[in-house]
Amino acid sequence: MNKVYADATLALKGLTHDGMTVAAGGFGLCGVPEHLIVALKESGAKGLTVVGNNVGCDGHGMWLVLANNQIRKVLASYVGENKILEQRYMSGEIEIEFNPQGTLAERIRAGGAGIPAFYTRTGYGTQVAEGKETRQFNGEWYVMETGIVADLSLVKAWKGDTEGNLVYRKTARNFNPMIATCGKVTVAEVEELVQPGELGSDSIHTPGIFVDRIVVGKNYVKHIERRTTRPRAKAAPAAGGSEV
Amino acid sequence: MAWTREEMAARAARELRDGYYVNLGIGIPTLVANLIPEGMQVTLQSENGMLGMGPFPYEGEEDADLINAGKQTITELPQTSYFSSADSFGMIRGGHIQLSILGGMQVSQSGDLANWMVPGKMIKGMGGAMDLVAGVPRVVVVMDHNEKGGAAKFRKDCSLPLTGKGVVDLLITDLGVFSIDRRGTTPARLLEKAPGVSLDELKSRTEAEFSD
Repeated sequence: MNKVYADATLALKGLTHDGMTVAAGGFGLCGVPEHLIVALKESGAKGLTVVGNNVGCDGHGMWLVLANNQIRKVLASYVGENKILEQRYMSGEIEIEFNPQGTLAERIRAGGAGIPAFYTRTGYGTQVAEGKETRQFNGEWYVMETGIVADLSLVKAWKGDTEGNLVYRKTARNFNPMIATCGKVTVAEVEELVQPGELGSDSIHTPGIFVDRIVVGKNYVKHIERRTTRPRAKAAPAAGGSEV
Repeated sequence: MAWTREEMAARAARELRDGYYVNLGIGIPTLVANLIPEGMQVTLQSENGMLGMGPFPYEGEEDADLINAGKQTITELPQTSYFSSADSFGMIRGGHIQLSILGGMQVSQSGDLANWMVPGKMIKGMGGAMDLVAGVPRVVVVMDHNEKGGAAKFRKDCSLPLTGKGVVDLLITDLGVFSIDRRGTTPARLLEKAPGVSLDELKSRTEAEFSD
């Protein structure tokens, strides 16, 4: 069985339909499956429910699918820096279900691991807990949250092999490993595709069982949202410097 | 005279202890990273999936794959490790991060925190704030004592939607420092006043009840 596809459009062929749930990796614009998102846009599938930490930001990432009127509902933890989403949410065109970031990460992990629900202290006593079961364990109150399973998961890795084994790079890992597990079908895009054995079996982050299709992306943009630097003259301490 | 942002950050930095793993929020809490005392080992966590945050990169050395939770470009250190956001929040929810310093819109006298939304305005989302205050054993909030219009932000009860209920241990404002019993069994207590700020002024600018 061949998991390798020639380009992102071919990699999504036959996988998209209206009203489906699509989960996509990335935090902000870091570790975003940017080519697969363009292919999702080109597929024209509408009425999508999109799961991810963010929904891109102006002009980038999942924003492209949003701007193309393909999204009906969003499950995310933070949606700033996205004017179209703001307008459509305020006008009621798009539904947003806000999830605490850790709860979202765990819901995706649980969905991929066959766990229908779990309890977390996060959000107890807040709007997030409204309408949800709460339960006390060892004197503490917890909120029940459900696992998330997506019809299609899109992830971005640094390197992958032809078996679908993946390795992520630095903080571009973020939500990608869990999202790779929660899809009924998972498509991965990688910067470099290698032969089995080249990644080192002890170093694989996502085992190939979770990846159905894999494609090499070319000419990555990797847009930086907040470029922060420090002057060269003398070493500045952590978080010193300026935002440009 | 009220404390400056830098002075508030310096006061927050006094909560650091050797060997702590710490998560810093956006705004004044970020400044605490510059104020780790010499000889003290403090490891900064970034909730997107990194332990051991280094300083901002030199110009030209920015790496789009290396950002903090505020989406700023940063660098790694020799001890840095990377992991998924699920593992990251496992650290947070599991109580492995010792200290969280974050900003606030309102804090109540029993340690409730509101810092993620204002009804009627665009909601950007809570990000990791709800997980941090629910999971980290010691939570320090740094915020202005009053709104620009003068309204009290340290209150009997928060009027804004909560980020967490009974989650704040220490409140640092530009006017003073208060310890809070998150179980609500003992009243909040004034620990320090900014220089030149009288108890009467503090009381008149605070809605919460506190002992001194």
